[in-house]
Amino acid sequence: MINKSTQKLDNIEGYREIDITVFRYSSQVKDSKPEFQTYRLVETPGMTLYIALIKIWSTMDHHLSFDFVCRAGICGSCSMVVNGKPRLACKTRTNEFEDGKITLLPLPTFKHIKDLSVDTGNWMNAMSKQMESWIHTKEVTDISAIEKPIEPDVAQAVFDLDRCIECGICLASCSTKIMREDFVGAVGINRTARFAIDPHDERTDEEFYELIGDDEGVFGCMSLMGCEDHCPKDLPLQSKIAYMRRKMVKV
Amino acid sequence: MKIIYTDALIVGGGLAGLRSAIAARDKGLDTIVISMVPVKRSHSAAAQGGMQASLGNSVKGEGDNEDVHFADTVKGSDWGCDQDVARMFVTTAPKAIRELAAWGVPWNRIGKGPREVIINGEKETIVEKDEAHGLINARDFGGTKKWRTCYTSDATGHTMLYAVANEALKRDIEIHDRKEAISIIHENGICSGVVARDLITGELIAYVARGTMIATGGYGRIYKQSTNAIICKGIGIAIALETGIVSLGNMEAVQFHPTPIVPSGILLTEGCRGDGGVLRDKDGYRFMPDYEPEKKELASRDVVSRRMIEHIRKGKGVKSPYGDHLWLDISILGREHIEKNLHDIQDISKTFNGIDPADEGEKGWMPVLPMQHYSMGGIRVKPTGESTGMKGLFCAGEAACWDLHGFNRLGGNSVSEAVVAGMIVGEYFANYCVETHLQTNTFTIQRFLESQKAYLQEILSYDGGRNIFDIKDRMRTIMQEKVGVFRNGKDLTDAVNELEDLLKMVKEITVTDKALCNNPELNEVYRVTKMLKLALCVAKGALERTESRGAHFREDFTKRDDENWLKRTIATWTNPNDTMPTLSYEEIDINKMEMPPAFRGYGKKGAIILNPLSEKREEEIAKIKESLGEVDRFTVQEAIMPFDLQKEYKRKNERVGVGYD
Repeated sequence: MINKSTQKLDNIEGYREIDITVFRYSSQVKDSKPEFQTYRLVETPGMTLYIALIKIWSTMDHHLSFDFVCRAGICGSCSMVVNGKPRLACKTRTNEFEDGKITLLPLPTFKHIKDLSVDTGNWMNAMSKQMESWIHTKEVTDISAIEKPIEPDVAQAVFDLDRCIECGICLASCSTKIMREDFVGAVGINRTARFAIDPHDERTDEEFYELIGDDEGVFGCMSLMGCEDHCPKDLPLQSKIAYMRRKMVKV
Repeated sequence: MKIIYTDALIVGGGLAGLRSAIAARDKGLDTIVISMVPVKRSHSAAAQGGMQASLGNSVKGEGDNEDVHFADTVKGSDWGCDQDVARMFVTTAPKAIRELAAWGVPWNRIGKGPREVIINGEKETIVEKDEAHGLINARDFGGTKKWRTCYTSDATGHTMLYAVANEALKRDIEIHDRKEAISIIHENGICSGVVARDLITGELIAYVARGTMIATGGYGRIYKQSTNAIICKGIGIAIALETGIVSLGNMEAVQFHPTPIVPSGILLTEGCRGDGGVLRDKDGYRFMPDYEPEKKELASRDVVSRRMIEHIRKGKGVKSPYGDHLWLDISILGREHIEKNLHDIQDISKTFNGIDPADEGEKGWMPVLPMQHYSMGGIRVKPTGESTGMKGLFCAGEAACWDLHGFNRLGGNSVSEAVVAGMIVGEYFANYCVETHLQTNTFTIQRFLESQKAYLQEILSYDGGRNIFDIKDRMRTIMQEKVGVFRNGKDLTDAVNELEDLLKMVKEITVTDKALCNNPELNEVYRVTKMLKLALCVAKGALERTESRGAHFREDFTKRDDENWLKRTIATWTNPNDTMPTLSYEEIDINKMEMPPAFRGYGKKGAIILNPLSEKREEEIAKIKESLGEVDRFTVQEAIMPFDLQKEYKRKNERVGVGYD
């Protein structure tokens, strides 16, 4: 089924039409059946999938569900599968696709909500708890006193790993995750690496081993590196998984 | 009927909400945070450039302290802020940042010795002290006397939010996401929770608590062009307004940021200019020094935004299919600096505009134009964060008007306010929850639940054929065109009238899908209705305020008028069937000020109608100082304007080289 866009442009000459095919299904509606729906719309200059989906939703199909928050590649809400690859929709330009045909699927491995909307939040919170994603220290900080000095390069290295936005794309690109439901994925392993190099955190390698020293953790990774290939923040996931694995082997 | 009971209920999972939740949990309270989105997706994450705190570690921050941060904040607010609150804030900010450092926020740290920086478009070498090595660094930001904005590259809000959210998880604070509060449960002037809607199942849930905190952020999305995330619709503020007894403060105080990128409206941090970036016009000319010889690109945001539009109106804008814009040039900072400290900016510019800002010369210039960015107005609360109109209802962060920012917020003071308010207000809120017991009953709760159920059914029964999306678009266009950077009586009158018509028109729509769950169109109807009420508060407040102060600029009343307008606009919605807010005013008392109104040091000169009380108060302060003789700055401050703050937060802050002085 093709819905014709009702949008009016002052000058549509020179702009091509694109077809966006979207997976539709609602777990809340009893007789809902998974199906695809195609929308045809005029591609405006600089169009992203965010702009395109908002256009479809506000002018062609008010029932379509998807998740956007920041629309700037910062918050990690809008991960979905775009022509077979997991990506942030807000950072995907429609003009990348030469034939003008784009198919969108919800992000796999997470609980499906409706259409392109999936529940990443609760999974990520559970992962953060499982990895004990906070500073472990016996030191009591006096917040009125001068802070503990940290080497600038070390702070920068922690920041580089702290840039993860929990978008879930590493898990959606991961072959291990398909086989092992409880695999913590690159997001979880990277998180432990982030705390392992943070001088505020007093945890030992033995303690990190308790968190990731098994097949659900760092030894489950088959090194296919779909995570690093697709990470929208270009995190060095391959080297950090290797880093934690080397540490864990020694325990 | 689904009821969830807790001790402390927090609506909104950004920095202010989560830090408040920690304050409550640490007192042993059962604490629940409800949020429209997974909490780590909150708009706090989008704060880029940094957090102000007067640590004074860097050589460019030497001499900084609470007094300097206070003065900058008051001037920035154009004397609209509550100076007690500003004092509470600047005293706690250094503690907030040190707490966050201990929680693992990887603040950029100082390396001792020489380093090259760009100041006023020129390369300069500064030398950092040995004893500052490894301490938290700071960059320059607009409207500040010292380099005071601490940062983690240009992803400061993200690292702060993750640290605070993870601390909340550590404490087993319950987080219920995809829940939207749509009504406040209250009786006899006391709040006892909210009615929330499960955005997946559509189920209505009553969250009942001893105390309730709203921390839902701003209302930027009532404008067509905004840097705000699409969730920043002000719903939390609107449900407070709809109680009829909670009032909103200074809703017309809306900030326009000078440098969102065109056309997407995604923010390019003030850090771009703080680090040495400059603004250029169609001829490549750097125009800001002509308008603001002293602060140049780093005057306060309201001033820079106006100067940019002024320059475009002179025909100096760059023509584009999206209207005229100007250029932001950071290429002069060099590729290495950009890739390390403005990484996300480079990514945004490359992705959305195909421009690598590190490319030298014209090629790397980014198109920018002032757009809506921040809501200074919000739920009017006391310095404790409790609503002036309802007991047990607290508010913190951008949603609140307690009132730290007056008519203009300084860059770097927003995430800073969010965590600081989370600490201070969070503590007052937690104490309230400890001391108070539920005074509601299931009859009242059911009444509120059923009224919301009936309201949603009513929406589905509307059958006038109109489309809610058209109404929303029109609202956002009106706000953009008539309640923007430059305002005037005629446009504002049109805006108020048209917005009122739109509000009435909501009842003439038809919702195509009649489902109560998973129906994004239904969500849009009640949200747009609430947004229209807020838009009316903004437009009406702006129309009535016949002066120019901070971000509120009237072309027909170009002066700041301290004689008549040194007051806060208070808006209420007294009757649910009203189509217009009721406005009243709250005087700001010069006689109690530590810093009486004067010229800000930037912006147009001679554009102030001073209140004679300013001079009188200056004399009074001089006398107080004289009578004190040789005493430290804390004693002087306390004598001029004593303020209340929790003991733990009022303690003196230690600094390199000066200790606790």
